[in-house]
Amino acid sequence: MFSAGNLFLGIISILLAPFLGGLIAGIDRRLTAWFQGRYGPPILQPFYDVLKLLGKKRMAVNYWQILCAHIYLVSAAMCVFLFAIQSDLLMIFFVLTIGGVFMVMGALSTPSPYSQIGAQRELMQMLTYEPLLVLVFVTIYFVTGSFKISDILNHGEPILLVLPLMYLVLGFALTIKLRKSPFDISTSHHGHQEIVKGVLTEYSGPHLAIVEIAHWYEIVLVLGICALFWATSAVGMAVLLVLTYMGEILIDNLVTRATWRWMLTYVWGVGIGLSFMNIALLYAEYF
Amino acid sequence: MNFLKSFVTKSRIKSPWLLHFDCGSCNGCDIEVLACLTPIYDVERFGIINVGNPKHADLLLVTGTVNYRNRPVLENIYEQMPHPKIVVSVGSCGNSGGIFRDAYNVIGGIDKVIPVDIYVPGCPPKPEAIIDGVVAGLSALSEKDGRGVPPVADELGKMSASYSERYENFNTGEEK
Repeated sequence: MFSAGNLFLGIISILLAPFLGGLIAGIDRRLTAWFQGRYGPPILQPFYDVLKLLGKKRMAVNYWQILCAHIYLVSAAMCVFLFAIQSDLLMIFFVLTIGGVFMVMGALSTPSPYSQIGAQRELMQMLTYEPLLVLVFVTIYFVTGSFKISDILNHGEPILLVLPLMYLVLGFALTIKLRKSPFDISTSHHGHQEIVKGVLTEYSGPHLAIVEIAHWYEIVLVLGICALFWATSAVGMAVLLVLTYMGEILIDNLVTRATWRWMLTYVWGVGIGLSFMNIALLYAEYF
Repeated sequence: MNFLKSFVTKSRIKSPWLLHFDCGSCNGCDIEVLACLTPIYDVERFGIINVGNPKHADLLLVTGTVNYRNRPVLENIYEQMPHPKIVVSVGSCGNSGGIFRDAYNVIGGIDKVIPVDIYVPGCPPKPEAIIDGVVAGLSALSEKDGRGVPPVADELGKMSASYSERYENFNTGEEK
């Protein structure tokens, strides 16, 4: 697992992932503007935003908050690193969770009610997507016999063909993780109304930039996990990722924000239902 | 480091996040401000986002007059914004107090309380004028140092404060 080539690849991915994530975010904003009949910002807009935030004066409510932002970044970068060195999916999942928890802790450390509500909602979101993500990893294990990404990549045929329903389940987790409608309840991504950015309310300047960069890492990571579903050919992988992300943007623009109750009942109901259906089909050797 | 600095300055101009504060306006200016966000004008193409949070904002857009009740709110919001920041006053009321300037509860224009960089005239100003004002504010923003208020703006702020004090003294008949 830890060979020189692997480590080199991991470091390269840590360096390149933010650029890729920022570019994806920029294309996302441009496409969203296009859907809404607007011209939209330049593709590089997320980079301008982050550079500007890095150049602003530091204003923090407390030191705990700063620590949490940094741990969130380190954890997200670590996930991408572990993914690039083809490590264990479960390991990645645990490291991802550490970042998520510290994000919540950072928001809870401030007295702002918006931040507090955002933190509670973020916890509900984690509660919603984490079992689904574990189920996705477990079913991947059923098919490939391993949690290791290197083994999954060596699997002969695309696992999407045997786990089509699990890909939909991963889609739910993806939508929550990307903070997209209808599951953008903890940060209120669009228009910043309702809870004025929720967990991000009390972050400003460079610390907000750090959180944003960490989010880019997460975008790359989650799209990487999606890419595992068609790992046999580069073209198939690219088509799958483009279609998935297009679907995300479309859903983001079509639907309104959900309440946490709806999110929890619907996503758990449909997600766990689909998972068990897929597992049953696997056992019945339907595929 | 110079290269980085110029990069950040460029980004500052390209990504002004806007906070709109209705400081007792009649809503005429507010509707025009929100019109800038519609597909017809689409200020997001300049990177402008309408944020609801002063801690994320670079640009404070104030409409309406300041009165004794909302003065602390305006000051609080201004204080919460991290440097560098600029203030754009929109409409006659924000600029000078407008037709309400003689009302008993009205302090006057925004510049009586916080330093204003750009004044957008009109009652209400057209969205085009507001966009012009914001774009003019961006050049002011790029000049401001990331570490605090530059000397010039500080001087301007003091000047504005002294003017407002003199104006108040004049109104209350306590001219020294």
